[in-house]
Amino acid sequence: MTLLAIDWALLIEKLVLIAVIVFASLGIALYTTFAERKVAAILQDRPGPNRAGPFGLLQPFADGLKLIMKEEIIPNTSNKILFILGPALAMTAALMTCAVIPWSSHVELFGRKIDLQVADINIGILYIFGVVSIGVYGIMIGGWASNNKFSLMAALRGASQAISYELAMGLSLIAVLMISGSLSLKTIVEQQMAPGHFWNIVYQPLGFLLFFVCALAECNRTPFDLPEAENELNFGYHQEYSSMKLGFYLFAEYVNMIMSSAVMACLFFGGYDVPFLDESALAPNIAAIIGVAALLVKIIIFIFIFMWIRWTIPRFRYDQLMNLGWKTMVPLALVNMLATAAVILWRAGV
Amino acid sequence: MQALTKRAQAVDRKPMTLMERLYLPAIVKGMAITFGHIFKKKPTVRYPEEKRPFSPVFRGLHVLNRDEEGRERCTACGLCAVACPAEAITMEAAERLPGEENLYREEKYAARYEINMLRCIFCGLCEEACPKDAIYLSETFAPANYARKGFIYGKDDLLIPDPKTEPEAYAKAKGERN
Repeated sequence: MTLLAIDWALLIEKLVLIAVIVFASLGIALYTTFAERKVAAILQDRPGPNRAGPFGLLQPFADGLKLIMKEEIIPNTSNKILFILGPALAMTAALMTCAVIPWSSHVELFGRKIDLQVADINIGILYIFGVVSIGVYGIMIGGWASNNKFSLMAALRGASQAISYELAMGLSLIAVLMISGSLSLKTIVEQQMAPGHFWNIVYQPLGFLLFFVCALAECNRTPFDLPEAENELNFGYHQEYSSMKLGFYLFAEYVNMIMSSAVMACLFFGGYDVPFLDESALAPNIAAIIGVAALLVKIIIFIFIFMWIRWTIPRFRYDQLMNLGWKTMVPLALVNMLATAAVILWRAGV
Repeated sequence: MQALTKRAQAVDRKPMTLMERLYLPAIVKGMAITFGHIFKKKPTVRYPEEKRPFSPVFRGLHVLNRDEEGRERCTACGLCAVACPAEAITMEAAERLPGEENLYREEKYAARYEINMLRCIFCGLCEEACPKDAIYLSETFAPANYARKGFIYGKDDLLIPDPKTEPEAYAKAKGERN
């Protein structure tokens, strides 16, 4: 008699998928740190890191090794539990996002249909927003536990910035959700893939722009990197951190970048869709591989744009940041939402 | 009020136009500039593999010279030590013994000759002071060491290789100059 039937194959399949996705994200994040340095160098007419390995390709491992080998310093006036919790939370929250991102359609292995998505929950995008909000606690706890006024100031900035920009981000997202009528990322992507439909960027150019700017702010990237403003706050919330705890904070930022790029690709650029290619005509496994490659290409392009912006635009002043957030982004997002709603109602003929 | 120079310009305090306030055109312009730099030629000299050519009067680390027959030119007269503004040079003289004529050019030679490279300012006055053409500044530079005492160069560090026994090493140490 079985009271609880467990689909062991499903369990194994999901565990393998989780392992692959986590390690792949970490690997990509590792090389994103390298890419950041290379892009910075190239945009500034320098060759960039080129000593470790061919073309400097082993540089991220050298960096990681350096961070691990460094002395671990915990300030004696800090709150030790929170001090350790901060980077752990930042990293966990960053990695948790990847659970609902549809990496591709599905593959057929051993007669099973395996979705290349860890969990297709029907509130996927809300889940992402929730997890991203938890990520802010990493910054806040880290800044608070350090017992350092600069860190605390940076944490305050980070928190208020995240709150302000999450609002505009949510509002710009609502317009997309009104078009797709679903909160599941998989459904949103599949709708964009359907024949006769274009990517959401065609319907929502302003919405994308707002979302993109807010994503920059959420990832604490320039021009919104006030929480880690080097020249005013000495490095911000991770000033007191050393060794791998610092590494985790820095790493979480890159993982966040990858995840927000993936979310943007899914919401506005058709996710794993290849334009002008009918995926349903291909064998499912081949289509899945092409889909993963397409999504990765989109993510890489977004990451490059993130970096390109970082090495072009100077940081906003704090009041400018708040002005832009509340007086420009929120009203624009509201107008965008209302206009979208009006068009949808008009087309429905109500 | 009359301007003092013709270069004076009034500060433009006009309120920003809509295009300027939009901020996006300015961002696009900036992004185009940085993107253009991707294709620019990089001025970097990849140092250890690639070296910048030196001017013929470059003053690097010192070399104690030998003559054509491989004999040390230095006679330990001490003029270089006197000329040295950083007081980096010390030496001890010794008399050439019979049978050492193939080693030392003159009857007196430097038994000990030391230059403290941490004191040296590479002015080249020692080279100018030397009546025997025994010391000159080469093209090698940037000495590296873990300890301070490693920067006190003795005769074995300074002396140029023998042109008779090791002609290649001699030519390399001599460099491009004459």
